[in-house]
Amino acid sequence: MAAPELADDIDDRTRAPMHSISVYVNNKPGVLVRVALVFARRGYNIESLVVSPAARGDFSRMTITCSGDPETLEQIIKQLEKLVDVVHATDHTGDAIYETEIALVKLRASLAERTQILQIAEHYSAKVVDYSADSLILRSYGSSEKLDAFTDLLRPFGLQELVRSGKILMARGVRET
Amino acid sequence: MTQDNPAPPALPTGAEKLIQCLEREGVEYIFGLSGGAAIPIFDALVDSSIQLVLVRHEQGATHMADGYARATGKPGVVLVTSGPGATNTVTGMLTAQMDSAPMIVLCGQTNRANLGKDAFQEADVTGITYPVVKHSYMVREAAEIPRITREAFYIANTGRPGPVLIDIPKDVSQGPCDAEHVDAAALDLPGYKVPTHGDPEAVARAADLLSAARRPILYVGHGAVISGAGKAVMSLAEKLRAPLVNTLLGKGATDETHPLHLGMLGMHGTAYANKAVMNTDCIIAIGARWDDRITGDVDEFCKHATKIHIDIDPAEFDKTIQPDVSILGDARLVVEEIAAQAQPADTEEWLAQCETWRTRYPLKYAKKGGLRAQHVLDRLDEVTEGRAIVTADVGQHQMWAAQFCRTRENRHWITSGGAGTMGFGFPSAIGAKFARPEEEVWAVVGDGGFQMTMCELATAAVHDVAVKVLIINNNYLGMVRQWQELFFENRLSGVDLEGNPDFVKLAEAYGVKAFRISRPADIDKKLQAAREHDGPAVVVAEVVKEDNVYPMIPAGAPYTAMLVDRPKERLEKPVGST
Repeated sequence: MAAPELADDIDDRTRAPMHSISVYVNNKPGVLVRVALVFARRGYNIESLVVSPAARGDFSRMTITCSGDPETLEQIIKQLEKLVDVVHATDHTGDAIYETEIALVKLRASLAERTQILQIAEHYSAKVVDYSADSLILRSYGSSEKLDAFTDLLRPFGLQELVRSGKILMARGVRET
Repeated sequence: MTQDNPAPPALPTGAEKLIQCLEREGVEYIFGLSGGAAIPIFDALVDSSIQLVLVRHEQGATHMADGYARATGKPGVVLVTSGPGATNTVTGMLTAQMDSAPMIVLCGQTNRANLGKDAFQEADVTGITYPVVKHSYMVREAAEIPRITREAFYIANTGRPGPVLIDIPKDVSQGPCDAEHVDAAALDLPGYKVPTHGDPEAVARAADLLSAARRPILYVGHGAVISGAGKAVMSLAEKLRAPLVNTLLGKGATDETHPLHLGMLGMHGTAYANKAVMNTDCIIAIGARWDDRITGDVDEFCKHATKIHIDIDPAEFDKTIQPDVSILGDARLVVEEIAAQAQPADTEEWLAQCETWRTRYPLKYAKKGGLRAQHVLDRLDEVTEGRAIVTADVGQHQMWAAQFCRTRENRHWITSGGAGTMGFGFPSAIGAKFARPEEEVWAVVGDGGFQMTMCELATAAVHDVAVKVLIINNNYLGMVRQWQELFFENRLSGVDLEGNPDFVKLAEAYGVKAFRISRPADIDKKLQAAREHDGPAVVVAEVVKEDNVYPMIPAGAPYTAMLVDRPKERLEKPVGST
């Protein structure tokens, strides 16, 4: 059956120690491929990846979450640092950071189920961003763990679609991310 | 047109600008093979001071450029066309990347408008080569050519050197280029750092550890060759009274005939070098990366010794070995800094012990019962007085050459170590001979590897490159045969090179003088004849078919498992790869 397998997946996801890496790169074609290859070659799975322009437009910021053994990750970060287009790469796991993520959830919900769904949404400060006769889209943001819990609660109602932005983070205080 | 209104001077084409940039970088030779998408660049070469060396296969061009680079320390330059021309350079770039050789590979590319449309001879060469380059560029505007070229040379030959690819669409090279040359000072590479001096605290700790050691050893790698650290390394060794060993690629960083030198360490290193490594109490890696051919079983390697690691690439620290002290920097500068602080230690007992091992476990071979590769290589070292630049291909002959050709000078030993690229030996010798025409250059190759790039006999003949090729012909892929014999119950599979040509006739067909050595008595005579021949020459040594390289530490095994001679009992399959 599909449902229990999904639940197992979620357990694994929350159990595996997740690393949050910030990579500051030149904003050029091909940089993403170079970065991705460093992970792929060493068998590291990228869980989420967000790329966006940095404060200076000729640079981009990548926020990558991934899981795997710490020694390989140390090597990955060093290899990222070696790329000419990477200005710096930092593992922020355990650092003082602010992090957040957005989730969009589409549910095919009957009128009878909507009350319950909207209660869950309210509890998680999620907003209904699309409301139609047959479906709802909810938007929630916060820590990745919070979004995991939120989507778990909605799962019994039949998640039709789930889109998560991937984590973004910033170092707290004056320290550079 | 009147004289009052002269026409503005025509802009150079992208290709002309590119060639001007190469001239400014001091490029003497381009090793290349033409093709449609590169025609504008070849056209611009007609009027250039740069000499084009037309090869017969693009892989050969890359190895020639590599040989040129390793013989001089300057980047070798390759020029090929798009598609298959470009993909044929992949092996050469891997070879250069693995061994930190500076190289510039210029590829023609289809017009920009055709990119991604499966145009004729289009290949996504930047995409294909990401893992085998230090950096790469696709030139999207002709105006970028001066900056990209300057950056490419700077990146290729600073820090840990490596290959840099520049992919140039034909309409870019053919179109006008309105851009000024770029000075080094104008480069803006915020993500690129070049380490130089060592951290003073780490240097002081290293000096203390070495001074306190009773059985120190210097483990010298390619980084010492690249940074020209030889003199500094020798003065550290002499000050500490410490023996030296070098890696396959570290050969020549210091004189291997120096009394403190124990030769090569590792899988096929000398037994006395390996005994010393097994018993050292403090090992310092100088531009070497604790490669699996060196460490064998990592957990057992120098288990009780203090370890110091000097490297210009921070990604090498803690990769396979966790050193007690890691020093980021240029090998020469850091060794000089350590040598200035190190104190001589009492190592006489240790040196005496090393001498005992040297006497007890010498490199040896049978001079009777047929012609032996080791004998030929031993004589090559003798007749050339060890002064020749020797390039080696990959396999048994490479290990024997590493053992018996004792390298005296920096950049006099060139071989594919990390990648183990068969076919490298001969073209890299051509590149080395172009680079240093005053030097005697010998390529030591096997019959297997030679056949992978032997078409470059034409290149050697046409350009009259007086390179000497010594083919160690055992009609086998000998190293694999050795493994099958030792570890796979002699079940030979895919190693018999039945059907080899007569290499003497083959060379002669290209107009290259050739000699054959069939018995030990011929060796000196034929080697001398080849040396005296004014021009390229091939010497084919028809050696015994079945001979093994010893000493040998089976892959992944601890040093205690070293075989100094043919094993008496059957061996387990090695745990280490390849």
